[in-house]
Amino acid sequence: MAVHAPAARPKAVRGPEPHPRRRTGGYWVFLLPSAVLFTAVILVPFLMNIGISFTRWQGIGDPRWLGLDNYTRLFADARFWTSFRNNAALIVAMAIVPTLIGLVLAATLFDYVGKKFGPRTASVLRAAYYLPQVLPVAIAGIVWGWIMHPRFGVLNEFLALFGMEPRGWLGDPDWALPSVMMIMVWFQIGYPVVIFMAGLQRVDPALYEAAEMDGASWARRFRHITVPQIRPEIYVVLLTCTIAALKVFGPIFVLTRGGPGGATLVPSYFSYQNFFEKANVGYGAAIATVLTLLIIVVTVLFLRIQDGEEGDS
Amino acid sequence: MIRKYSVLVSLAVLAVVMLVPFAIVTLNAVRSPADYSANGPLSLPDGLHLDGIVEFWNRVDFGGKLWNSLLISGSVAVLAVVLSVLNAYALGIGRVRGRTWILVVFLVANTLPQEALVYPLYYLSKEAGLYDTRLGVIIIFTVIQSAFGTYLLASVLGRFPHEILEAAALDGAGKWRALWRVVVPISRPTLSVLLIFFFIWTWNEFFLPLVFLISNENQTVPVALGVLQGDKMMDATMSSASALLGILPAVVFFLIFQRTLTRGVTVGAIK
Repeated sequence: MAVHAPAARPKAVRGPEPHPRRRTGGYWVFLLPSAVLFTAVILVPFLMNIGISFTRWQGIGDPRWLGLDNYTRLFADARFWTSFRNNAALIVAMAIVPTLIGLVLAATLFDYVGKKFGPRTASVLRAAYYLPQVLPVAIAGIVWGWIMHPRFGVLNEFLALFGMEPRGWLGDPDWALPSVMMIMVWFQIGYPVVIFMAGLQRVDPALYEAAEMDGASWARRFRHITVPQIRPEIYVVLLTCTIAALKVFGPIFVLTRGGPGGATLVPSYFSYQNFFEKANVGYGAAIATVLTLLIIVVTVLFLRIQDGEEGDS
Repeated sequence: MIRKYSVLVSLAVLAVVMLVPFAIVTLNAVRSPADYSANGPLSLPDGLHLDGIVEFWNRVDFGGKLWNSLLISGSVAVLAVVLSVLNAYALGIGRVRGRTWILVVFLVANTLPQEALVYPLYYLSKEAGLYDTRLGVIIIFTVIQSAFGTYLLASVLGRFPHEILEAAALDGAGKWRALWRVVVPISRPTLSVLLIFFFIWTWNEFFLPLVFLISNENQTVPVALGVLQGDKMMDATMSSASALLGILPAVVFFLIFQRTLTRGVTVGAIK
């Protein structure tokens, strides 16, 4: 569930036609296996899910048509709004904070450590920041669930060294969401660092040299060279991380199951509960459909903004 | 001078903070329960006790879980690359009619949340007798991963040098032969990167495997470890043993694949 999509957003197959027209024709046969599989695995289930969202259904027997009832119920459901509020908190923790920290780290490693201490030092540090990213996100949850365990967790033991009170962390309604947010920041940071450092590779070194000769400070180079030059990477990271945050499930399932008392409930887990624990399949399908719409809106919005920016420059 | 090193020191401190969870899990996975209750989790263990790891391994049949994960991720990686190549050949080189729209479909399929597919897939796979089978999960992830692969490869193959294809056509190679003898060998660096991505992504998947693989003998590593969380039988050292067993394969893949990935990405970028 983690975002590992390579940074390059491939442009659609457009532009000058490298192949003469006469070569076309007959190639559609190669699409047949996918056409069959996509219909069965994506298209039909997706349409079925939308259809189910208009019904009351327990998963067995015949679904009963409800029209928009699930949706009206959903928008009046406090748990639904809680789940989206928590989702917003996770976008901060998984997309915004890692992007900001990642920008500073990548720029420092590239434009300071790499030059003063050599590229090896920079790449060792980068590897250390990246390591959490290689874990399956559910495993990252298991690691932290153990560290924050209220009874035998290391974190409480560690804080006790400084005379601090033990806390319930993930079991404490006030601390559960901040704890999950902190874990997700730890998990995500490596991704922007690696993508931004790769992006900085293609920046013309002459830009930095000229700026240094003019006496521009690191902060000025950061603002006027680093950030504008890797703007495409910043968009890709923000988009992929925001989508990942909207879809987040594994850490919530492993760490808190949405609790305590809905303190860490997210739409994805909310729909899972309705599908498989409460047998409210129609209601679950409505949640999933709203989540899908939200993800599509966010994606289109990002691509619009990005295209607009490219048009300006 | 002081400033120069204070930057390095603060970056190094951050690196240590990032790595502490790994270290602490490892320390306590090799600690005996007696040592744990006497000295707590923060001291150095008094020796190398692998009993906790061995006991946990046997109790969950971790070897079986590793095999399930390998089988599912490996099959998905190979099949999804094949599917992506077939699609991208038709879209990028064949330039079939309506390709822009077909690409949009793949792109949308790629961003869909799995929550919007899960219940119908659950229902349909039960009807088809594929529920709680590794084959069912392999089929689903092959399609999901190939949506991304098609999107990426179609743009790579769209820039494929047509002189090479024309030379192959002159030599009498049909479309099928040209694909396997010319396009695939030349695109190998990109394909191997895709293969590795698909393998790791599928290994890391949690939501759909959790729903589909309910019986113990079919579960993957993340699912088996995930459902054990909060199990009352798990004491502190065994919990850290389970976390370590989840970490190790991921770190091993990272070390093995790191070089191929960087090499592949650069080759792909130059083309």
